Formats: sequence, structure tokens, C-alpha cells
Amino acid sequence: MTRNGPVALFFHALVVIFMLAPLVIVCLVAFTPENTLSLPTRGFSLRWFQAVFHHPDFVQSFWNSLWLAVLSATLAVALAVPASLAITRWEFPGRGFLNALFLSPLIIPHLVLGVAMLRLFAVVGAAGSFGWLVAAHMVIVTPYVMRLLIAAISGFDRSVEQAAFSLGASEATVFRRVTLPMILPGVTGGWLIAFINSFDELTMSIFITSPSTVTLPVRMYMYATESIDPMMAAVSALIIGITAVAVLLLDRVYGLDRILVGQH
Amino acid sequence: MSASLPDTAPASPGEETPVRRFPTAPLFLSGPAALLFAALVLTPLFLTALLSFNQFDYATGRTGGFTLEHYLAVVTDEYYLEIFLRTFRISALATAICVVIGVPEAYILSRMTNPWRSIFLLVILAPLLVSVVVRAFGWSMLLGPEGPVNGALIALGIGRMKLLYSEGTVVVALVHVMLPFMVIPVWTSLQKLDPAVEQAALSFGASRATAIVRVVAPQILPGILSGSLIVFGLSASAFAIPGLLGGRRLKMVATVVYDQYLSDLNWPMGAAVAVILLAANLIIMLTYHRMVEGHYRRRLG
Repeated sequence: MTRNGPVALFFHALVVIFMLAPLVIVCLVAFTPENTLSLPTRGFSLRWFQAVFHHPDFVQSFWNSLWLAVLSATLAVALAVPASLAITRWEFPGRGFLNALFLSPLIIPHLVLGVAMLRLFAVVGAAGSFGWLVAAHMVIVTPYVMRLLIAAISGFDRSVEQAAFSLGASEATVFRRVTLPMILPGVTGGWLIAFINSFDELTMSIFITSPSTVTLPVRMYMYATESIDPMMAAVSALIIGITAVAVLLLDRVYGLDRILVGQH
Repeated sequence: MSASLPDTAPASPGEETPVRRFPTAPLFLSGPAALLFAALVLTPLFLTALLSFNQFDYATGRTGGFTLEHYLAVVTDEYYLEIFLRTFRISALATAICVVIGVPEAYILSRMTNPWRSIFLLVILAPLLVSVVVRAFGWSMLLGPEGPVNGALIALGIGRMKLLYSEGTVVVALVHVMLPFMVIPVWTSLQKLDPAVEQAALSFGASRATAIVRVVAPQILPGILSGSLIVFGLSASAFAIPGLLGGRRLKMVATVVYDQYLSDLNWPMGAAVAVILLAANLIIMLTYHRMVEGHYRRRLG
């Protein structure tokens, strides 16, 4: 801390306030006892959280989002583990193309993916299906999982596997007892970052959800464009809470700076 | 699973494995993911590109035939020109502010010692993981007529100002969302910088400012450039921020595509704008890729 002068620290404080202010105000207003969006000056109240839990649309959207995030993260990991093994351990025709394809959702705007999926679902008659929504979310979370897995598998000492093979272990045993445990931080870290990204996704989902599959961010967007009351703040505070838990878990199992900054 | 494990590539330690025959294992392993991406990335993008050349009949809502009118509309119609210009202006401004705030902040962070460094890195980067709807909503409360910013303006005697639904608000919220994408690459390039070099410059009598301009800045320039490209690309395709904070009149490219698809139901027009947005993004990202690669080649060479 000593190497920064007072001007630098003042600047830093302003940046920190700027980054935290919108999140802090949401959490404060969520506890207001008033009927309007206002800071809780006359004591705290949980009435708006109660309102959320008694609002059938928000409750349904919450469960939709939760299932969607759990399913798409799990299935994305199930596909990404073998795919990243293939990409990191073999030289084969089309390897570079596949690698670029699997990472491509990172550089395609979600808006474009949304309209493209909408078109596909209309053509194949799958509009509004939850299964196709899960598949669409798998596409956008897979790159995050792949990045962590490829890093985990590349930094992996193959001689441990060789030792297991030479001691007579079968391929299945080696995968289960050696390979998987060694890449486990990448797998769990990848699952968590996939969960967070799916749970938060708005821009693609808004095009391809139907009234029965509306996710929480889409429901909030629709709600906020029509009316604004402290219930929005309560839902937002709950989302911040869920994200904070996921972030802390992620930091435990993988290290947040490693995920966000990458290891160069 | 077991049949496709890497026995086809018996890697002897310390040797890259040249596989002569066509390897089947990696195709089995990557097959399911490849099918998913072919079905849900390549096919829909191809269908959308086709759709953007279809004619649209407002009376019947039917599409078909071949036309370039949607692309022509984007370059000739004032409505679309204004939206593309506004999107460019807002994204450029947000990018510039991210450089002005993000670069010094990354530098300040890199000069901190732990645990402060880890804590504040988390504080700056973690909002990235909170849903953008929540962050947009937070800004609408901060800048709303009864919000604390207007409260401060009134207390200072400036009086209440209408802040919401203006370009300024959209820019401020975009900077908030994008700042981590600027801090990350600059931070990464600062990590590679040996602090002893800056110390050496100082000990040879360079002023603090000279040391930063002549020693630190050239080293982190690639980080600033790649951060700028990412921030610009993401800002230009941002949807939630202009959608929630721009109001009905202040449209950006993404909100126009949304309107075309879900209000006007003119899918071909929306598809054309989406294709242009995708092309612009790919050009930006490929430039970024080439630049980063060139940078590493120069460093290695």
C-alpha cells in the first residue's frame, strides 16, 4: 500500500465507490419499508422480499433459471471434458477449426446468437422448448469450461498416467482414478463459471424463452421496462447474494483471479 | 468412454507423439460437442445470413425471395444511419473513459501489496459476474429523480437534473460494465513488467512522469489496445444497458434488432442488422487476435 501516493489512493477510492455504488444501493433499497424506490430511512423491512416469494412469476422464473443453469453447466462439462482431452492430446485434421468453433461464442455477440437460435427454433418447430433452451445455454457456457479444462490438461504431468498404465491399470481406471482427480479443479471451476454465466444470461435468452420458460434475468428485464417498484430491488439483492455465494465457492475451488485474469 | 481413451497415442515421456494412421479417438471424444456446435452455432448463423436476404411483406408478414434492400436500408435510411452513428459514438466514448479510468487503476492495483491487492482486484472484477440487469437497475436508481446523485446535486444548489434516458447515463453504465475488461489486460501486461526496470529509470534520475511515459507505457500499450478493442466490441453490441437506461427514443444497434424481431416482426431487416453487427465484431476480434499474436512473435523474436 505504501508505494501509492495520496492522489493515487484518492483516485482508487473513487473507482471503488463507482464500481460498488450500484450494487450497494440495490441492496439497501431492497430493505425499504416504503412503497416507492427509496433508501430505508425509517428502519428496515423484509416486506419486498416477501412480495418476491409470493409473486408466482418471479418464483417460476427463479426455478427455470436454476434448472437451466444446473443442466446446461453439467451437460456442458460432460461434453467439454472429452472434447478438451481430444484438442490438447491429439494432433488431428480439423483440430484448429474445432478449437476455434468451441471458443467462438465468446466473440459472437449474444444478441446475434439469440436471433440466430430464434430462427433455427422457428425452422425446426422448437420455439419455446425448454430442452432447446438448455442446448442454447450449453453453447454459450462451453467456451468458459473449455478454457479452464484446456489449461488444466495442458499443465498435467502425463508420466503419472504412464505409471498407472505400467502398473496394470485399465484405461477406465486411469481416467477415473488419475486423470479426473488431477483435472478436478478445472472441472469444478468450469462448472461454477458456467452456472454463473447461464444464470445471468439475458441477451440471448430474451429471444428464445416462451412464457413458461422465462428465466429470471428476462423476467426482470420485462418487469423493469414496465413498472419499477422496490420488488425489483429485492430480486436484484437476492441475485447479488446468489452470485456472491457462487463467487466465493469459485474462489475456494479455483481462485477467482486465475479465472478472471487468466494465467499468463 | 473407456474405448476412446488415449491408448491410440501411447506417449512415451519426453517425446511428442507422431500418429501415423488417422486417429479415431479424438473424433469420438470431440464428436458430441462438435455436433452441438454445428447444430446450434453454424446452422443458425447460416440460416440468419440467408434470412437477411429475404424480402419481407408487411401486409402478410411473409418472407421469401431475394433482395439486398435491408442492407441498402442500413446505409441509406437516416433512421439506421443515426442508430449506427450513435452506437459508434457511445461505444467510442465508453472505451475512451475506460482507458482513462482503467489504466491508472490497474497501475495503482499493481503497486499495492497483498492482501489489499487481492481484495481490491476482487472488488473491481467481481461485479463482472453480477447480472447486467441488476447493474443497470442499480444505475437507474442512483441517477433517478429521487436518487442520491440528484440528492447531491440539490444539496450543492445545482438543482434536480433529468439524468435518466440520456446518452450520458448509457455511457456511465457501460463504463461500469466494461471497466473490468480494460483492467484485466492492462493488469496482465503490468504483471509481466519487471518493477526493477522502472526503479532503474528512477535511479538514473528520470522523473516519476518520465519513468511512466518512457518505461511503463510502452510495455502496457498492447494491453491497453486489446482492452480497448474488447470494450468497444462489447459496448457496440450491448443490449440491456441501452434497453433499460436509454428509454424508448435512445436506440442502439442491439435494441433496434430486438424491436425488429419482437415488435415489428420484420425478421429479415433484424437479421441484416445482426449480420452487420457480427461482421463488425469479428473484424475487431480478429484484429485483436492478430495484434496479440504479432506482439508475442516480436517478444519471442
